[in-house]
Amino acid sequence: MRLIKQNIEKKTGAGTATLLPEEPEDMWHAYNLIRPNDLLRASAVRKVINESSSGSRSNERVHTTLTIRVTKLDFDPQAAQLHVSGRVAEENKIVKLGSFHTLDLELQRNFQLEKSEGWDSVALDMLKEAINQDAKAQLWAVIMKEGLANICLVTDHQTTLRQKIETTLPRKRAGSTDHDKQLQKFFQTTFDSLLRQIDIANPLPLLLASPAFTASQFQQYIKDQAAPSANAKQLNALLAKTTIAPAATGHLHSLAEVLASPAVTSKLSDTKFARETQLVDRFFELMRKEDARAWYGPRECEYAVAQGAVGKGGGVLLISNGLFRSQQIEARKRWVKLVDDVKEGGGEVRVLSSMHESGRRLDSLGGVAVILTYPIEDLDEVAGGGDEDGDDEVEFDQVNGDVLRPNGVEGRVEHEEEIDLL
Amino acid sequence: MYTNTGSNTLSTKQKSNGLVKKTEALRLDSNATAPSSQPKIKSKGLDVPKLWEDGKARRKPSAAFVVIGHVDHGKSTLMGRLLLDTGAVAQRDIDKYQKQATELGKSSFALAWVMDTGTEERERGVTFDFAQHHFSTESTDFTILDAPGHRDFVPNMIGGASIADMAVLVVDANQLESGMKGQTKEHILLAKAVGLDRIIVAVNKLDSTMPTWSREAFEKVQLAVTKLLRESGFREEKITFVPCSGLSGQNVANSPSGREVNWIAQAKLPTLLQALETSSGAETTQDDMRKPLRMQVVDLFRGSITNPLSVSGRISSGSVQIGDSVTFQPAGEIATVKAIEVSDEPNDYAVAGQICTLHLQDIEAQHIKPGDVLCNISLPVTVVKDLTMLVGVVDALLPQPVDVHIGRLHVPGVIRQFIETVDQRGERLKKKPRLLKEGQRARIKVKLENGAPIESGERVVLRSGGVTAAYGVVVE
Repeated sequence: MRLIKQNIEKKTGAGTATLLPEEPEDMWHAYNLIRPNDLLRASAVRKVINESSSGSRSNERVHTTLTIRVTKLDFDPQAAQLHVSGRVAEENKIVKLGSFHTLDLELQRNFQLEKSEGWDSVALDMLKEAINQDAKAQLWAVIMKEGLANICLVTDHQTTLRQKIETTLPRKRAGSTDHDKQLQKFFQTTFDSLLRQIDIANPLPLLLASPAFTASQFQQYIKDQAAPSANAKQLNALLAKTTIAPAATGHLHSLAEVLASPAVTSKLSDTKFARETQLVDRFFELMRKEDARAWYGPRECEYAVAQGAVGKGGGVLLISNGLFRSQQIEARKRWVKLVDDVKEGGGEVRVLSSMHESGRRLDSLGGVAVILTYPIEDLDEVAGGGDEDGDDEVEFDQVNGDVLRPNGVEGRVEHEEEIDLL
Repeated sequence: MYTNTGSNTLSTKQKSNGLVKKTEALRLDSNATAPSSQPKIKSKGLDVPKLWEDGKARRKPSAAFVVIGHVDHGKSTLMGRLLLDTGAVAQRDIDKYQKQATELGKSSFALAWVMDTGTEERERGVTFDFAQHHFSTESTDFTILDAPGHRDFVPNMIGGASIADMAVLVVDANQLESGMKGQTKEHILLAKAVGLDRIIVAVNKLDSTMPTWSREAFEKVQLAVTKLLRESGFREEKITFVPCSGLSGQNVANSPSGREVNWIAQAKLPTLLQALETSSGAETTQDDMRKPLRMQVVDLFRGSITNPLSVSGRISSGSVQIGDSVTFQPAGEIATVKAIEVSDEPNDYAVAGQICTLHLQDIEAQHIKPGDVLCNISLPVTVVKDLTMLVGVVDALLPQPVDVHIGRLHVPGVIRQFIETVDQRGERLKKKPRLLKEGQRARIKVKLENGAPIESGERVVLRSGGVTAAYGVVVE
């Protein structure tokens, strides 16, 4: 994403930023930046109905620029599309004030964003991250087992499941070659789908992970296909960039463990997702050992931060960016305050992407976890985390709504939206 | 029942296959006239529970056993030996395998090839998926389920163990240590987790101990394994130890002969076959048979040209006969049972507890996958996403993504919440713990990524990162 223009005041956070999304991942950044109640200005196509004096109506599609006050966001990570609905906040010739419109943000088209509550520290950090033009790590990963393959694209900020191939393989039985035949067919399907997804002329690194031998069998299959095929050269280039790694299962959530495995980290050591995975791993490890320096859950974390236990010298706050997407302004403020407090105290803050497996693991813990500088025993009881259900419960639901979308569609609302025509 | 049939017709109609449409239309008509749905294959209307009761005297008891243990401890070879010595496999087949195996430079694997029929399995000398084989002795009909020992194939092992009556644990007398840390331990745990309580421990490869057939080596294994079994909750009277060698065949089906193995007879230890015969499975009760039909699909395959679609599995409750209409959950599609095979023999019906193959018609393969549940139309299993389980914890757990195994079903899910830890009687110890430790029992909430056909009371295994983390039962 490119920053075209900004006039944000340091002190109050008031002002606007004009941004130009350049690649599909920028839509993910935009999705995290734009919140309900913000003012968004972007080009739009609007259907206008004219009624002549004789009563005949005619439709016209008009290109215009609209400013809306955002009510709802709809992000489709697979297509990298972001639809933002809201009410028109600035009247012009063709659109009345307060009428509804859904803006489809497009690549290579500017949009301008103004925050309703001003740009807070988290929003500014997100903005910085979004416009960071450093070379980005990207790779294709195929997490597979016999009969199941998940083809996904792993970037710095998100893991998108691009295609899932599921076939039923018959079990082995004496005198039958059905299993072998179906396995070849399964490889064929996976290979074809993979070729359709990746840019073969300029291949990214490819990671094949599976329990046992499936991944290496599949690599062998690609090799066999490469020899007689027309694009043998390109396939060989792809094979040169291929890494095989063991995974516990063929399900997508094994990806976290694969990305943390030595076979992968040696090749992609300093990528954001590898670091995030390692941090979450470290947290889980501390929890397992019942180290009183690791705690999770909203109230526990807030209490620990208030005590100044997440400070200089090893204090880490892990927080899922899903929490900042909360529909309630109060909830967002709560998390922003937590982040600010930790930063003030000299602690480290890691905002994890809920679109990565590491972020999902964090989400299952309620979206927020801390590693303290000194141990606090029974923090949960002190913080009152163990009392009545309710408060905590709401928190969980909100986040976990995102966790279990099989194809990673976030924030989708089921019903069709109403568009009022003039 | 009507809604089921209706949705079935609808979804099949969408595929513009004229023939399917016609047959579906036919079925709809016959449904309209006679609610008891009469497909092309006519049910004989057998009173299965009565037939089963009547046939009791003529029938040999049957038992299915799963063979478990660490990788390379000789499970497949031992089973190959058992089949050869009981006459279920001919010597000439073994000779053929011997020749082929020698060509690959793996002559000692010849017996294992009876079980390991896959090309990859033979090349690598490792069992991938469990193999199923039948054999009969004078007293009992047996089904062997030869599970893979490699850690990457534990999901397949769970699938095999869940349809067995008892377990045969194979332990290499020379490599006790590797197994104790590895899959010997995990398999014992999983055998318990899927509800097996009878276990025969075959102490294998005693022909290659130093010195050969060392009684000391056998007793050392006996001691260590008994301890492990007791810790996992097996009762001592349900454990039998058998010293044997799969490769040489001593004390497998035939009694041992030779001076160095005299101690086996002296200690009155049974052969593997004797141990198996004295512990056949439980007899199916009338109650089990009168419950609604349930069978988890273990395998889906093309039976033959005349039977393009067949499923196999173990009926967990109820009974099925030729001509029955059955439904598959979660798809909800309906099929007709065209033919039934029990222990590779055609039969008119099958009842709870039997491992059988059903040949189907009026359904397409895409609607069924392993792990689905076959049920009767009137009372199908409901498809659920949110589960509450009571589990014993094996490895520390946080609310985290896990693999949920129920028999052959293997699906991803997330632990949403720890409700409470409980003691042995199920009384609450601590509400909402933040972490579950090894040895604790707890009630937990798990959400599955996709809905699956699961009923309360089913045994469940939770795994994470390739290790078993907890096991227990589904409460609701």
